[in-house]
Amino acid sequence: MLAALILGFLFLVIYGLGLHFIQIQEARDPIPTEIIRSEIYNFLLLAGLYVVNFLTVMMTVLTSVDTLSGEIASGTIHTIVSKPIRRWEVVAGKWLGFVLMLSVYVSLMAGGVALLGGWIGDYTIPNFASGLSLIWLNGVMLLSISLLGGTFLSTLANGVLVFGLYGVAFVGGWIEQFGSLMQNPSAVQIGIISSLILPSEALWRRAAYEMRSPVVSAFGFSPWTSTTSVPSVYMILYAVLLTLLALGVAMYLFSRRDL
Amino acid sequence: MRENLAIQAVGLRKVYGEGSGAKVAVADLHLEVQRGEVFGFLGPNGSGKTTAIKMLLGLTHPTSGEANLLGLKPHLALSRKKVGFLPEHFRFHDWLTAGEFLALHGRLYGMPQDVSRQRIPELLELVGLAAHANKMLRTFSKGMLQRIGLAQALLNQPEVVFLDEPTSGLDPVGRRLVRDIIRQLRQAGTTVFLNSHLLSEVEITCDRVAFIKNGVVLQTSPLKQLFDGELSAQVRGRGFTPAILEELKNWGDNIRLEGETVYLSLRREDDLPLLNRYLVYAGVEVYTVQLQKSSLEELFIQIVGTDGGL
Repeated sequence: MLAALILGFLFLVIYGLGLHFIQIQEARDPIPTEIIRSEIYNFLLLAGLYVVNFLTVMMTVLTSVDTLSGEIASGTIHTIVSKPIRRWEVVAGKWLGFVLMLSVYVSLMAGGVALLGGWIGDYTIPNFASGLSLIWLNGVMLLSISLLGGTFLSTLANGVLVFGLYGVAFVGGWIEQFGSLMQNPSAVQIGIISSLILPSEALWRRAAYEMRSPVVSAFGFSPWTSTTSVPSVYMILYAVLLTLLALGVAMYLFSRRDL
Repeated sequence: MRENLAIQAVGLRKVYGEGSGAKVAVADLHLEVQRGEVFGFLGPNGSGKTTAIKMLLGLTHPTSGEANLLGLKPHLALSRKKVGFLPEHFRFHDWLTAGEFLALHGRLYGMPQDVSRQRIPELLELVGLAAHANKMLRTFSKGMLQRIGLAQALLNQPEVVFLDEPTSGLDPVGRRLVRDIIRQLRQAGTTVFLNSHLLSEVEITCDRVAFIKNGVVLQTSPLKQLFDGELSAQVRGRGFTPAILEELKNWGDNIRLEGETVYLSLRREDDLPLLNRYLVYAGVEVYTVQLQKSSLEELFIQIVGTDGGL
């Protein structure tokens, strides 16, 4: 966790320096119109948030993938579950702890990017709060799936499962975007199906859509999202349901299994 | 279900897997442990001891049969409140200090903070770790981890304590400490369920033992009774005559003379001084008179056999 915070801080420093030098360049050679200026900064900030989203996923999965399976394998769990507590409470406790950790991490990192954008570039990201909550939801969803896997898989198998699903969603999301750009319905279908398997890329694209600049709205496409194939509100609801379902099933399976 | 029993197992059975690959870990376990008893659970490796303990604690679900802990189902919080458990593999959250570790487990037991604050130093003292309260568990040796695990098992002043191989990581000093703690627990009326390979320890500490093999209890009996009728004596001396050997039949059987030593099975331990007095009176020069109880190890091998245990 400390390593994640230090590296996160390092990321923010480098990111801030980058913005700073761009700003110096801008002072020397002003950008002609406000629209283009806001487009440039929107692009830069979303690039930063894209990395934050990715790091959040990585941090969440890597820290939680071992928490149940590892304690089951080592026997650490024995002195815990033989106490006068219910099994589901162990899962709930771990979940809450990781959610808290993830919330702090996302707030610091995404908040840092937004603050640097405001402070150095004098640019405010549109709908930052919605975007931030979607990035947070993405982390919580993957956390719940990684806890679920930990109730019946070994640490390694669980890691393969969660990152495998994430990879499917990631590729599917890009296929969907290109599909929509080239107006190929089959590609869009593949993207939607992969989002139904795991809506993590969909959540990011929705977040990017929420935080898009006016130019992107007009133009309809950016590296982060396309406005022609935006994950719907239902996809967000689906992600929430999937999160709750994964958590519930994790509690159930952990209560039932032999330790 | 009998509520006065500390631990009860009725036909507990655990089968892992299905079909041809199924493995019977515990076949048909029947046990009754009284409150306040120190109960030894003996058996070769792979005989299902740890699986049995896990079922008694509600960690593993039996395929069939029933377990009761203090008259309640073992997975209930109410029964677990009064139970302590030191697992075989004592692995803990090693980023905690010894004090923090016990405080965490105190909270898991639902102990009020002032109680656990008072209890933790007492326990650290009891297991000889008072000087290490602020050290992280990851710096602890195997023996120290087992000691802190034992402290954890006694934190809530349990009515029943399960100790799964509690001395496996300990040196002789640590083993003696565990023996003393078990003795104190018995005096306090705590039920102790001891699973150990170290038969000498079981012999010293337990009231009653069960021998288990392939998940079935072969024999359960009080330790004292186990050794009854197994008294053999040997007398080394000079001047044994056939008449004297004949006379010894008053006290024992299976009398045989090998060199200067007479071996016999005694009927009663109290006969030994009488026998000694007779021999001296009859003119035998007695060098040593020795009573030999058969060890638990011999009994173990007799009951369990030598084929099990992998």
